[in-house]
Amino acid sequence: MIPLNWYLYLALALFAVGLFGFVARRNVIIMLLSIEIMLNAANVALAALGTKMQDVTGHIVVFFVIAVAAAEAAIGLSLVVLLYKRFREVHLDEVKMLKG
Amino acid sequence: MEKVLFGYLAFAILASAFLVVFSRNAVKAVLWGLVMFLHQAVLFLTLQAEFLAAIQILVYAGAVLVLFLFVIYLINLREELKWPRFLGTYPLAFLVIFFFLVLAGAGISGFTPASPKGSLSPQALLSQGHTRLLGEHLFREHILAFEAAGVLLLVAVLGAVVLVRRIREEEK
Repeated sequence: MIPLNWYLYLALALFAVGLFGFVARRNVIIMLLSIEIMLNAANVALAALGTKMQDVTGHIVVFFVIAVAAAEAAIGLSLVVLLYKRFREVHLDEVKMLKG
Repeated sequence: MEKVLFGYLAFAILASAFLVVFSRNAVKAVLWGLVMFLHQAVLFLTLQAEFLAAIQILVYAGAVLVLFLFVIYLINLREELKWPRFLGTYPLAFLVIFFFLVLAGAGISGFTPASPKGSLSPQALLSQGHTRLLGEHLFREHILAFEAAGVLLLVAVLGAVVLVRRIREEEK
């Protein structure tokens, strides 16, 4: 059996990669993809905890996280399309005004 | 054998996540994301969570990444390939991640889980299967959250339509 802590460290490292991408990259699409990476890290931790503690709630929360991630991707990407139509740009440093 | 598989999966997931963040071309980044999600589905299989592996492939690889690819193809991203420093605030981001890793690693190293609860025991998994167990608990205890997730998805679809429609009216 693989110890629980290995899964938690993997989830931590994956979350760190996603956080790095979100902070360092300025392309909105890659930033959204980094959010997905972070949500997936949380999923790994939840699924590992659910299996090792033999509690089905962890897996159910993973299910809901995936549903929320799908909704977030739809809204976020439509905002990206909107941003591109206004500014002809998806590089976030170039978007300086909230008021279009 | 288990540990070799886990090591391979961890390496593949982390390496493809790195490539998502560091690849300059957005299409390549999304395709590396596909590799990451597929490996993560196999990781769910090693945790005896077949249903989660299935919806990981269906929702992430099937729906979310295709959506990302559509938006990338809608948008002309040729400018980004010429950016000299495409990682904007590199040293500060590295510092943030370093402190985050130190703090959270210290938290995890002293972590001991509570005693097993028993609703997802290996015997129940063998006799009933993961999907059935998950479905029973989902529709008995978490039905309100399930309905709320349905409303959330509906609102997301309507919101996406409304957001993109408004600008088309303004152009006319």
